[in-house]
Amino acid sequence: MAHTPTQAAGLAGAKRRDLLSTPNLIFLAGFLVLMAWSYVGTEFSLRGLLGGESAVQILTYAKKLFPPDLSTDFLLKTGYWTIETFAMSFLGTILAVLIAFSLVFLSSRNLMFTGLLFEMERRRPWVRALRTVLYLSAKAALNLLRTVPHLVWALILVFAVGLGPFPGMLALGIHTGGVLGRLFGEVMENIETQPIEALQATGASRLQILFYGILPQVLPEFVAYTLYRWEVNIREAVILGYVGAGGLGQQIQIAISLFLEHRLLTLILAIYLIVTVVDSLSAYLRSRLA
Amino acid sequence: MQSNVPSTPASLTLPARRFSTFQIVCSVLFILTFLGSYKLAQVKPLLLFETEGRRNIWKFVTGMFPPDLSWNFLSLLGRPILETIQISLMGTVIAVVIGFPIGLLATSSLTFKGILYERELAGSRPRAMLRKGSYLLARAILSLFRTIPEFVWAFMFVRAVGLGPFPGVLAIAISYSGMLGKVYSEILEHVNPGPLEALQATGASRLTILLYGLLPQSLPNLVSYTLYRWECAIRASAILGFVGAGGLGQQIEISMRMFNFNQVTTLVAILFVMVAGVDALSARVRNAILGRSSV
Repeated sequence: MAHTPTQAAGLAGAKRRDLLSTPNLIFLAGFLVLMAWSYVGTEFSLRGLLGGESAVQILTYAKKLFPPDLSTDFLLKTGYWTIETFAMSFLGTILAVLIAFSLVFLSSRNLMFTGLLFEMERRRPWVRALRTVLYLSAKAALNLLRTVPHLVWALILVFAVGLGPFPGMLALGIHTGGVLGRLFGEVMENIETQPIEALQATGASRLQILFYGILPQVLPEFVAYTLYRWEVNIREAVILGYVGAGGLGQQIQIAISLFLEHRLLTLILAIYLIVTVVDSLSAYLRSRLA
Repeated sequence: MQSNVPSTPASLTLPARRFSTFQIVCSVLFILTFLGSYKLAQVKPLLLFETEGRRNIWKFVTGMFPPDLSWNFLSLLGRPILETIQISLMGTVIAVVIGFPIGLLATSSLTFKGILYERELAGSRPRAMLRKGSYLLARAILSLFRTIPEFVWAFMFVRAVGLGPFPGVLAIAISYSGMLGKVYSEILEHVNPGPLEALQATGASRLTILLYGLLPQSLPNLVSYTLYRWECAIRASAILGFVGAGGLGQQIEISMRMFNFNQVTTLVAILFVMVAGVDALSARVRNAILGRSSV
């Protein structure tokens, strides 16, 4: 039987053809079609960008930005707006933690109705139904908070409580509350079951299990996620100013609309500074945690 | 002799819990920051419950229902929806094109340290400086690109090249190339060095090592992260419309300004479906690429 060498050749051939297999080609063709479609749809012009009209426009605009406005008066104001933006992101994140933490227990399946904690539960369908309903409504609430973009929340809240950093902070808190609630929930549903089982074996009540078996496991991860979202929030706080929620964003909108390009550059530098500071602070705190 | 006396069994009792200096400093700073921020952000929770605020919220909530599903309105949305997808696709692809080369430069194991440079002559200082310089420059560019929010980029590009989806694409491309470049360089720095060493032992050039040692190891992760970013780009491009950069956001802003809250409901629902759809799609592709069973 001379099947060994042919098989080997077949294997080599198969390997070579692998890259150009039909699914790969279909995928590639689909991707190219999508790209062509997007290229046309977005009125993108590569030629304009590489040395054509758009490139000139962008360069002209970039030149107008320099030099930044460094007058003491404006720098002081920028400092104030920067701190305002920081305050917005800080309080927003705290509000988000409050929202997420109060909903996460209700929205975790393993705390509400299934798994280890409920193995020994007597069959009482209505209790179970009640628990399921609570779980589903908490889940739905978190989804709602998360789905509405923070900019839309900000518009709603500016409409409700007026201009200023307060609605911005609320918008950040509400949207991020939904996001953190989901992240916290994932942590909660993936905890180690052994400590819980051990506690349960000692006859601990569910509340005791929560305090001694579950919280010690999840809290460090909650804090890490919160710090991470804070980094996101400082960027979003900048954006929210656009709809009237105070801080740097509002000033950027003013500077752009009134063609105050030198001031715009100062504000952008301030964003760079505050975002970098928050990023490194959060990275430092997370490294201390780990 | 005193030192030989065994310590009293007092140590058996649990030591009183002490807080470290770090914890105390952190808590104090936290409280101070909180109080300062509270004052600065003009927090007035009661505002939410005042008659006017309450009336406004009520007007808003009742205005949101029922969602506007009239054909007149829905037929307006086809183009913005497609535009949002197109912006995100185009933007992500250009972000890869810009971010990948800068990311390579910003990978320390490729530019100046690690096993690829163990044998580099210690004498050629200018070259080493040049390498280190290009690394630092690449890092600085990436951090500038990603630190300025895409929204601000879009704002400036709208000013520079005019309204429409084009500035949206540019904004996504710039800010996402910063994020992609940074994560690419992190992925490349953390590959298993074994294959690189083996290739080097055969006398392979650095380019060959990159192509046959680094990329095959890291490609699944690179692609997976890029797909994840594409998801984020869909969300972002929907928002960018607020400053006139095309897509759904423009429609959301118009409806908001005209107080047509029932249209806002429809738009947010559409956005939700779009994002969820892309989430599911990209999760499947990512799992397939990373060789995990699909969830």
